[in-house]
Amino acid sequence: MSAATTSGPQALTLDGTVQLAGGGSLAGVEVAYETFGTLDAAAGNAVLVCHALSGDAHVASGPGPDGVERPGWWDGMVGPGCAIDTGRYFVICANVLGGCSGTTGPAALDPATGSPWGLRFPLVTVEDMVDVQARLLDALGVTRMLAVVGGSMGGMQALAWAARYPERTDAIIAAATTARLGAQAIAFNEVGRAAILADPAFEGGDYAADSQPADGLAIARMVGHITYLSQEGMREKFGRRLRHRDEHAFEFVTEFEVESYLAYQGRRFVERFDANTYLYMTKAMDYFDWQPPYDVRLPRCLVLSFTSDWLFTTHQAREIVRTLLERGADVSFAEIDSPYGHDAFLLETERQGALIGGFLDRAYAERAVCDTGGPR
Amino acid sequence: MTAAELLRADLRFIADLIPDGSRVLDLGCGDGALLAHLRETRGCTVRGVDISTAGVTGCVTRGIPVIQADLDGGLRDLPDDSFDVIVLSQTLQEVHNVRHLIAEAARVAQRSIVSYPNFGYAPARLRLGLRGRMPVSESLPHQWYDTPNVHFTTIRDFRLLVAEAGLTLEREFAFRVSHEVVRQVRLAPNLRAELAVSVVSRSLDPRPPGSPRTT
Repeated sequence: MSAATTSGPQALTLDGTVQLAGGGSLAGVEVAYETFGTLDAAAGNAVLVCHALSGDAHVASGPGPDGVERPGWWDGMVGPGCAIDTGRYFVICANVLGGCSGTTGPAALDPATGSPWGLRFPLVTVEDMVDVQARLLDALGVTRMLAVVGGSMGGMQALAWAARYPERTDAIIAAATTARLGAQAIAFNEVGRAAILADPAFEGGDYAADSQPADGLAIARMVGHITYLSQEGMREKFGRRLRHRDEHAFEFVTEFEVESYLAYQGRRFVERFDANTYLYMTKAMDYFDWQPPYDVRLPRCLVLSFTSDWLFTTHQAREIVRTLLERGADVSFAEIDSPYGHDAFLLETERQGALIGGFLDRAYAERAVCDTGGPR
Repeated sequence: MTAAELLRADLRFIADLIPDGSRVLDLGCGDGALLAHLRETRGCTVRGVDISTAGVTGCVTRGIPVIQADLDGGLRDLPDDSFDVIVLSQTLQEVHNVRHLIAEAARVAQRSIVSYPNFGYAPARLRLGLRGRMPVSESLPHQWYDTPNVHFTTIRDFRLLVAEAGLTLEREFAFRVSHEVVRQVRLAPNLRAELAVSVVSRSLDPRPPGSPRTT
């Protein structure tokens, strides 16, 4: 196994404009990305990893902006010797369009006014995010990938890749995701948005960078976190335990463990995430409605769900599988037994890793055979 | 060893009943050993269904398309006649609604190849009849309380099910298993065989040449 080569944070400004599904276009889009591993001579080992709502380009351990090594959001799945082996594959991860970790989003400056876009930033869709990724890959010289991999909103991007650029990837892996949100998931997103919009500090989206609507965004994150855990997982992790006391306070203070956990998650999130981006990301998910074409050869697909995920359920994953079967795609599906709810895709590295690792391994072996056998 | 040599003996026999180039669906496919063999040596188009994550992981690693599912949920995602052959190798006795699954298999494929342990096997009868104990043998290795089998049948009972479901028993083979060596049993199979392999088809399809009706 060779040592992984990590690029550290990179940025690229796309030439020309990006046309958006909702109408309108964006010029001078900047994309923040990182790469891990080495692109082989045939450029056949590229794997694009797509992040979820609150993720960023730092998918695996490597240097941060200050050059200091920091952990990645999918360590254990992506790295040397992992299922997505950076000693073998060239892994690319980019912050999505509309994001707040380096890629152009509502916190970026509107070239027309010189001030932050705020809510004047156009609404973006999952398809728009994928179009920007495709432009990044063009710039990196990756015409065809081995696989596109993602969980949750990242899984939606993987699905969108299959529908939109089926000729550009051999395979997709979509974990803990859905072809479309149901009313319940849209409802939770709306509660998060309502909390942000109701925060007086929101100022119609034109808050200063250092005084964002922290309370609203923290509440949005707390609601989100509840949907990422399972009832069973919460019972095991917190139960009705009190924090730092043995008796009820009979006051409105943080006393249950679960309250303290949610408050902490909310605070932490506000430090690293932008409230406007939260609005745009949740809206992009709400709009997502995946209808792959019938008349193309779709990439090979692996769909994964987790037993205790009640946000994007096994039932919804099977709907994806059914859609793919109807289109004659080569699709595999597994439901992984896990108590971790929706978050399982981030935590279940062993069983998920065996499936993803085995699937990629095979796709890579078959690709190598195809390559030596002449043009595909 | 090649994939063919590693294949379980009864699976090898089943593989030999499947024409080259068939579209094959294996229900309860485990790690996909049979399907990998069929794809590599027979040019078959294959797909598996299995209930276990371990089985599904094995298939995915072999590059066999597989769906994790409980067969008691039926085959509703699969269109009519989307396969030529369905394999149910020692699977049927583990599902609750056998009759429904047999009917579903007949909807999705013209032919089903079913293997199952024969409870009519003489030592099983003796163990139950004389010793008053539930049968345990090489092909029925579990105790009554930990067996994955929820239904037990004999070769004669299986024939009745096929007739009741309005299907045709095209061919039937019976085997004895001893130290993993499989021997075909031709005489008094319901008494002398531990394992049966039946080819069931949806009514009046012309049988392949040289395949006598064995009911």
